[in-house]
Amino acid sequence: MAFSWAKPYEPKSNFARWIDTRLPLPRLVYGAVGGGYPVPRNLNYFWNFGVLAGIFLTIQIVTGIVLAMHYYASIDGAFFSVERIMRDVNAGWFLRYAHANGASFFFIVTYIHIFRGLFYGSYKAPREMVWMMGLVIYLLMMATAFMGYVLPWGQMSYWGAQVITGFFSAFPLVGEPLRVWLLGGYAPDQAALTRFFSLHYLLPFVIAAVTVLHIWALHIPGSSNPTGVDVKTEQDTLPFHPFYTAKDGWFAGVVLILFAILLFFWPNSLGHPDNYIPANPLATPAHIVPEWYFWPFYAILRAFTVDFIIPAKLWGVLAMFASILLLFFLPWLDRSPVRSGHYRPIFKRFFWILVADIMLLGACGVMPVEQPWVALSQIATAYYFAHFLIILPLISRFERPLPLPNSISESVLHGETAESAPAGMKGTAAKPTIAAPSAAAE
Amino acid sequence: MIRLIAGLIGLGFVGILLISMIVNLAEYFGESHAESAEHALHREPEKVGFSFSSPVGKFDRAQLQRGFQVYKEVCAACHGLNLVAFRNLEDLGYNEAEVKAIASQWAIEVPDINPETGEPTTRKALPADRFPDPYPNETAARAANNNALPPDLSLIAKNREGGPHYVHALLTGYQQQPAEVVKRFPEVKTGEGLYYNPYFANLNIAMPPPITSDGQVTYADGTPPTVDQMSKDVSAFLMWAAEPHLESRHRAGWATLIFLIVATILGYLSYRNIWATAKRKVRVTGPLEADSQAKSAAAKAEQGIAG
Repeated sequence: MAFSWAKPYEPKSNFARWIDTRLPLPRLVYGAVGGGYPVPRNLNYFWNFGVLAGIFLTIQIVTGIVLAMHYYASIDGAFFSVERIMRDVNAGWFLRYAHANGASFFFIVTYIHIFRGLFYGSYKAPREMVWMMGLVIYLLMMATAFMGYVLPWGQMSYWGAQVITGFFSAFPLVGEPLRVWLLGGYAPDQAALTRFFSLHYLLPFVIAAVTVLHIWALHIPGSSNPTGVDVKTEQDTLPFHPFYTAKDGWFAGVVLILFAILLFFWPNSLGHPDNYIPANPLATPAHIVPEWYFWPFYAILRAFTVDFIIPAKLWGVLAMFASILLLFFLPWLDRSPVRSGHYRPIFKRFFWILVADIMLLGACGVMPVEQPWVALSQIATAYYFAHFLIILPLISRFERPLPLPNSISESVLHGETAESAPAGMKGTAAKPTIAAPSAAAE
Repeated sequence: MIRLIAGLIGLGFVGILLISMIVNLAEYFGESHAESAEHALHREPEKVGFSFSSPVGKFDRAQLQRGFQVYKEVCAACHGLNLVAFRNLEDLGYNEAEVKAIASQWAIEVPDINPETGEPTTRKALPADRFPDPYPNETAARAANNNALPPDLSLIAKNREGGPHYVHALLTGYQQQPAEVVKRFPEVKTGEGLYYNPYFANLNIAMPPPITSDGQVTYADGTPPTVDQMSKDVSAFLMWAAEPHLESRHRAGWATLIFLIVATILGYLSYRNIWATAKRKVRVTGPLEADSQAKSAAAKAEQGIAG
């Protein structure tokens, strides 16, 4: 751990001492999420979403393992085994709805977590590896969610698998053989379903493993904070337990309430009705759309419509992969040494344009390929790439950031430094010229 | 270097998108855009006030029984219900003997094998059986229905946009195709063996109007069997068929919410309690603190005061 004042683990009983000298697991936990991990004291509620993502990963794994006990990965039986879960398995409807809506919530909290990182510059040195491990988790989540959606073998499952694996055939020469190799056939069939089930069971555990790396990398420099100013003294931090366990705990309750409302009262509102029709390779649905969390990428894919040197489809596929891969280079594209968007007036504006842009991409992704949605998706896709590849590097060159507070505790404890200064020195000891915005003063 | 490459890639993507957009817009404005018939005439189902819609909603047992009667007397001849078993009808308020009677009197028998000869045969349904399909296979179903396939109704209230509201709108939405429509969109003229219905995706449906007149079904409970009432009842029944655990889901939802709200309030109070000490008074402040002493020493040194 980076901070010298991190409290070392002290075994409290003979048994704990006995364990500690043999398998110091309690020591590891204490240092990772216990009293031994000092965290900046000024974190706002956007810092709760990492823990929430962990909670939803756990919900997915637990419900998924039980569902797998009842699910049957066969092209003739999968759909009916899912319906058997819904009708005849005790609380089966709960397990399945929790799993399906849990995936949506996993993405919601992960997206908020990612945008928090984008706004507060959490990807910047020395946290580049934290950011990149996070992106690896995100890619694995997308693969897992896609394969999970195929498992019920409904109409959207089947045609989604057809469309997504079709991306690979866009690549010249290797494309078609690659697609056939991935599917284990020329079209989605038993071979594809079996391997998707196998991988859908495997990948969550890979996600859990990469999450360990993500947290490990985080604990080297420690958590960032809304001011983006480095932790300097012990005054700047609080031990994770009990302070942040308490904060994460009650806020998890709030999010679980929202989750329960969706799960118990509107469980099908985020799904597509067509997926309650058994897969039929002979009947193509009128509109093939992916789940909501893929809509922005689907819009990027479809925005390229002209064969310019290479076919339009290949442009779309390249752009779709590029839209995520470019995030790996973000720490080097944004060179501003100021982390937090609160102190970056120009960056802040473009950040909110990006948020609106991605929402617009999402809307374009679910609409049919018609004007004006095509033109809108093209403008929004152009902005997406321009934002990361052109605008961010330029901003970091020309922007004049606002003055930063001297330390975290100064930004939080307001006047106390001045109050406690020696007589006659009142307030002259480095007061921030601009008070931290209210969000940072949590 | 990396920013230069990134900028070039960015400009490349933006350029291609610009070309795509210009080409698409030129195409769009270059051709005439007659509104499509589906776009002009297709209607979204109106909301029906079903008893189960809200988060506290429950099925109306009497309505489900009436809906089942409509299914049995009107729909079952062509549409299967193969995910529902006769035993499930106990949810509708029938007792064991009644379910047994319904199963054994069901017009379509269950395929079986003659235990002596091994020949395929049929037998009367038992409560444990699922509703038998009206046709032995898809080919037979199409042959009997002018090449249209009557879908199984087990999930119809969940696999159509609008769910039970759509089912109700479709059943009551049959009409004569307006003459002006045919004039404006000659291509959607209702063909032989098709029926005009603005709630159906492509406006012309192969299913003849199943509920045609008031009193088509005689309700035992005295409810007037209007076309609208029968359509509502069968839509409610099909919602039950698609989501039989809806009521326990709603009940479990409230229990879960009450638990979570109490737990969250307790969590919030303990959070406030824990943080009360952290917000301001977490450190000893005053002139004897190391920080302040250092500042004080520095100030003294600056002003040349010994100490």
